[in-house]
Amino acid sequence: MPDATGLELLAQELRDTDADAVVATEHFRGAAVIEIEPSKVTWVLQRLKAKGFTMLMSVHGVDYYPEEPRLGVHYELLDMKEVDRVRVKLRVPTDAPQVPSVTPEWPTADHQEREVFDMFGVVFEGHPELRRILMPEDYEGHPQRRDFPVGGEPILFTYNDARGTDYTQ
Amino acid sequence: MSGTLSTQRTAADEVVFETPGQQINDRDPEQELLTINFGPHHPATHGVLRLLTTLEGEIIRDTKPIIGYVHTGIEKTMEDKNYWKAIPVVERMDYLAYFFNAYAFCGAVETLLELEIPKRAQYLRVIHMELMRINSHLLWLLTSALDLGAISMFWYGYRERDSILDLFEMSTGARMHTRYFQVGGVAEDIPVGWAENCRKFTKGMRDRLGQYRAILDKNEIFIQRLRHIGAVPADRLLELGVTGPLLRAAGVPWDLRKAAPYCSYEDFDFKIPVGTDGDNYDRYAVRIAEIDQSCDIIDQALDGLPEGPYVADDRKVVLPPRHELATSMEALIHHFKLVTEGFRVPPGEVYFPIEGPRGEYGMFLRSDGSSKPARAHMRDPSFVNLQAFPDMVRDTYIADFIATLAMLDPILGGIDR
Repeated sequence: MPDATGLELLAQELRDTDADAVVATEHFRGAAVIEIEPSKVTWVLQRLKAKGFTMLMSVHGVDYYPEEPRLGVHYELLDMKEVDRVRVKLRVPTDAPQVPSVTPEWPTADHQEREVFDMFGVVFEGHPELRRILMPEDYEGHPQRRDFPVGGEPILFTYNDARGTDYTQ
Repeated sequence: MSGTLSTQRTAADEVVFETPGQQINDRDPEQELLTINFGPHHPATHGVLRLLTTLEGEIIRDTKPIIGYVHTGIEKTMEDKNYWKAIPVVERMDYLAYFFNAYAFCGAVETLLELEIPKRAQYLRVIHMELMRINSHLLWLLTSALDLGAISMFWYGYRERDSILDLFEMSTGARMHTRYFQVGGVAEDIPVGWAENCRKFTKGMRDRLGQYRAILDKNEIFIQRLRHIGAVPADRLLELGVTGPLLRAAGVPWDLRKAAPYCSYEDFDFKIPVGTDGDNYDRYAVRIAEIDQSCDIIDQALDGLPEGPYVADDRKVVLPPRHELATSMEALIHHFKLVTEGFRVPPGEVYFPIEGPRGEYGMFLRSDGSSKPARAHMRDPSFVNLQAFPDMVRDTYIADFIATLAMLDPILGGIDR
């Protein structure tokens, strides 16, 4: 893990290229976190890749409800040589959930971005095939959002289907 | 017919392997493409996996994994459970690696709590995780061998797996989904005689491993079905985020147990088996060698098992011992609070990666300060590794499709969560 100083140096390097890129840095429980502007994600990850963080281990979404902006996307980067990790995160509001896709540069992000789209409704612009991945294709809503109720869903039965109370209708 | 391509499978000696990998790249413009559904209900998918496959004769030109058939919303369910109640749920994600799921979760919570884990608990966790790794690799081996027609291997593998489940039953009370790991340590100390049984098992396992090798390594059919098939170069695997035995088979010695030791793995002397070609045979050989290494780790952990408590003594997190409840009012209050409300976890976000039988299990946990996680996400290796499958089977024969899928070792419970 980069220590607190290393993290600040890394963030400063990003700020030198683009003063608005880095929103905040955080060093928590030994892990380095850089929060960035959503629109800058592609080149920030490229820059970190050039710095040695060549592996994108995980992309996952978070709903910060009731805080605004609500939706977060996290990128867990790994440097295999230095055995170092850094987390890049960004936040977007629910009414403008567009984030540039990193799938063209990081093929591993393909399924994971689709999952974040499916579960949170973050729209990854430039993703080659942004479809639902875990939920049915015709499903409405984004179930991992915090205001989505647990267990409030009618089950697909022919009875519901005949009465027209099926959720797919 | 134009070009040199024959869409019929020729006799094996006519197929020339010039480079590792059996890619057939010349398209025959006369040949029609056929798109079929492989799965979701097919025994060789080892779960409910659907592969939309485009064939040109007997050659696979593309395949697209379609998943979500066993999505049960475990991550959503966890947000509705206290931390201690979320453990049985998280164990059911990758159902052949329940100790790894549980450890990734407990480790993430312990990082947030900054909880010190007693050495004995760490060793007990290591022993159970390595038994789990053997269990998982055995189940992979026996089902893969079955897919390739070696049915006797299926029964031999289950015999050894059953003795692991017997050990789990003895130490934890349950054979699968044991909820043995808990925040702060393990649920109970190992019973008298367990260590001897475990040693007996590792000794027997090593003997059996020799027998497995004798059955499989010298089997002409088995080797021909695996060697030079499904190879993907290491840099492509890294791009795709592949970890675990699949990556090590391609020659990248990446193992979190060595690279970033957790849970006292630095105390043990073990090797990281790596392959050279990254073909299906290497994937098989790496996993077999890992079983051997796991046996070594278990023996070392049993030899060096420290005395002391098996769970941390932080009364705000861990249940008080049963005998205290009869005499101490304070213990009773702690017990009541922990069971009803659960313990609260300081707000923050952590990502806790560990090395499981299929690669990196990474638990992302966000706490908002309450007694339930605000967001829990498992970076499941099967989910990420599955993306490499189209690269593995593209331009190979459909007969090798099953073999490559078996060597990928996907667990659909982990993929769909």
